Amino acid sequence: MTDAALTTENLAVTYTGSRNVEALNGVSIEFPENQLTAIIGPSGCGKSTLLKSLNRLHEIKPNVEISGDVCLGQQSIYDTDEPTPEIRKRIGYVPQTPTSLPLSIYENVAYGLKIHGDYDSQAELDEKVERYLRKVNLWDEVEDRLEMPGAELSTGQIQRLCLARSLAIEPEVLLCDEVTSALDPISAEQVEETLADLKTEYTIVMVTHSMNQAKRLADEVVFLYLGDVVETNDARSFFESPENERTKAFVAGHTATDYETDTAESTDTTATAPPPIDR
Amino acid sequence: MDRYTEQRLFGWLARGAAALVVAVMALVVTVTLFRGGRVFLTDPAIALTPPGSRYMLEGDGGFLHAVLGSIFIVGPATIVSMVLAISTAVYLQSDYSSERFSDVVNMFLNVLWGTPPIVYGVFVLTVIIAIGARTSLVFGIIAIAIFQYPIMTRYTDEALRSAPDTVKEASYGLGATRFETAVMTVRAALPGIIAGIIMGFARGIGDAATVLFTAGRSTNMPAGPFEPATTLPVLIFDQAMSFNAEVRSHAYAASFVLIVAVLGLIVLSKLLAGRYARYAPGGRHS
Repeated sequence: MTDAALTTENLAVTYTGSRNVEALNGVSIEFPENQLTAIIGPSGCGKSTLLKSLNRLHEIKPNVEISGDVCLGQQSIYDTDEPTPEIRKRIGYVPQTPTSLPLSIYENVAYGLKIHGDYDSQAELDEKVERYLRKVNLWDEVEDRLEMPGAELSTGQIQRLCLARSLAIEPEVLLCDEVTSALDPISAEQVEETLADLKTEYTIVMVTHSMNQAKRLADEVVFLYLGDVVETNDARSFFESPENERTKAFVAGHTATDYETDTAESTDTTATAPPPIDR
Repeated sequence: MDRYTEQRLFGWLARGAAALVVAVMALVVTVTLFRGGRVFLTDPAIALTPPGSRYMLEGDGGFLHAVLGSIFIVGPATIVSMVLAISTAVYLQSDYSSERFSDVVNMFLNVLWGTPPIVYGVFVLTVIIAIGARTSLVFGIIAIAIFQYPIMTRYTDEALRSAPDTVKEASYGLGATRFETAVMTVRAALPGIIAGIIMGFARGIGDAATVLFTAGRSTNMPAGPFEPATTLPVLIFDQAMSFNAEVRSHAYAASFVLIVAVLGLIVLSKLLAGRYARYAPGGRHS
């Protein structure tokens, strides 16, 4: 296994709203460098919470308490003097809902570069925008209408725009939160292909509902259940010879029902949640 | 009653209510445009002619003083309250303020929103007396700005609230600061904000009660910020109370100018909002 790019140490997250909800109960995970790690598990198991706590994005909502630590390489992202925006620049995030910033296609990609001042000339900015739009296979579709509002693209195109936008600031790690769940099957496939191309260059952590998507894309799989890590393994062993009983049930139950609705990611996951097992 | 009869009945009721509102509005606008147009269009110069020395008595000259007074009072007031309103709403909606504080401020804004404009007028008058000043254009600006502020803040707040959370998330996710994210949220909410600003402007230009005791109800051309001035709504009231039929007919001409200005503003806000709506997440479909 390669070195871990990102590690969590006993990471626990509690929502302290009207009532306390423990979303993560102290998880320790290593995300290996330049590989794609899929986080799977039933709805409400803490997948998105885990993902957002990896770049402190949960802090934008009130009433969240966190303990434990997340390290990027050797550096803690919580116990640090580095401003949070700098951390989020190094650990990029692609949201679940494809969202264009209220800017043109060009400006969407250029935005991150502009706020971080990551360019020296207009030519360099142009070059970077083109490079990252090419990287997500969107350039050919938009090259003659870069000044058009990003919001006027199709949902699938917007999601690739989001990817390009996040990649443009050259993050060390890319967090993807169910990036295909809002897309139609064809767009979802295009985004998947893009991710497959990217995973050799980037450390990607991807939350997904679809077991088959995890199978197709993941190098490593983390199975999360009710805020605990049940099993983590390389994708092949995870799917072919799961060690934990709960994983076995989840993998078996999921693939059986998930199979036909393969790319239609919006399958009701409650229906495919694992049967209750005594802990 | 049968559920389908119930459904039909409600349908009629709703259509009837909508028709009534539209009819009343159409009637007000048509009557004003028609009666005012008859006076104004025969002699459009009255809106561009300064008043004569005996204008309120005999109707010599025109009402340029009120047109300019409206522009000089409502223009600056709109700019002042726009800056205040956007700052307040951004503060309330962004992550600068706690939810609890936002709730309290919102309650005060509701109270301000519901306060009759005449009360602002009296309040500013009290201040004028207290500091020993006299009614003038500048106090008209202050009174109108206070009146517009809650209107614009509520509109802006609503617009920011309805801007999708995902914009914030996307912006923070790219390493934007709180301020950069707030700017991005404002951009996403721009159609609603523009509508709110123009609505505030339109309400301000049409309000008489706030400027009645504060701007000085002048019958001369505005001479400076600390000199008395008047606005179209106040002038219309004064004209309509006149003994002279010519002056009374000018009230319709002034109403015509006012309503055309307000309608124009509403059209402008629609055009501007439509232009920026293309950029809003969800695009023109939303």
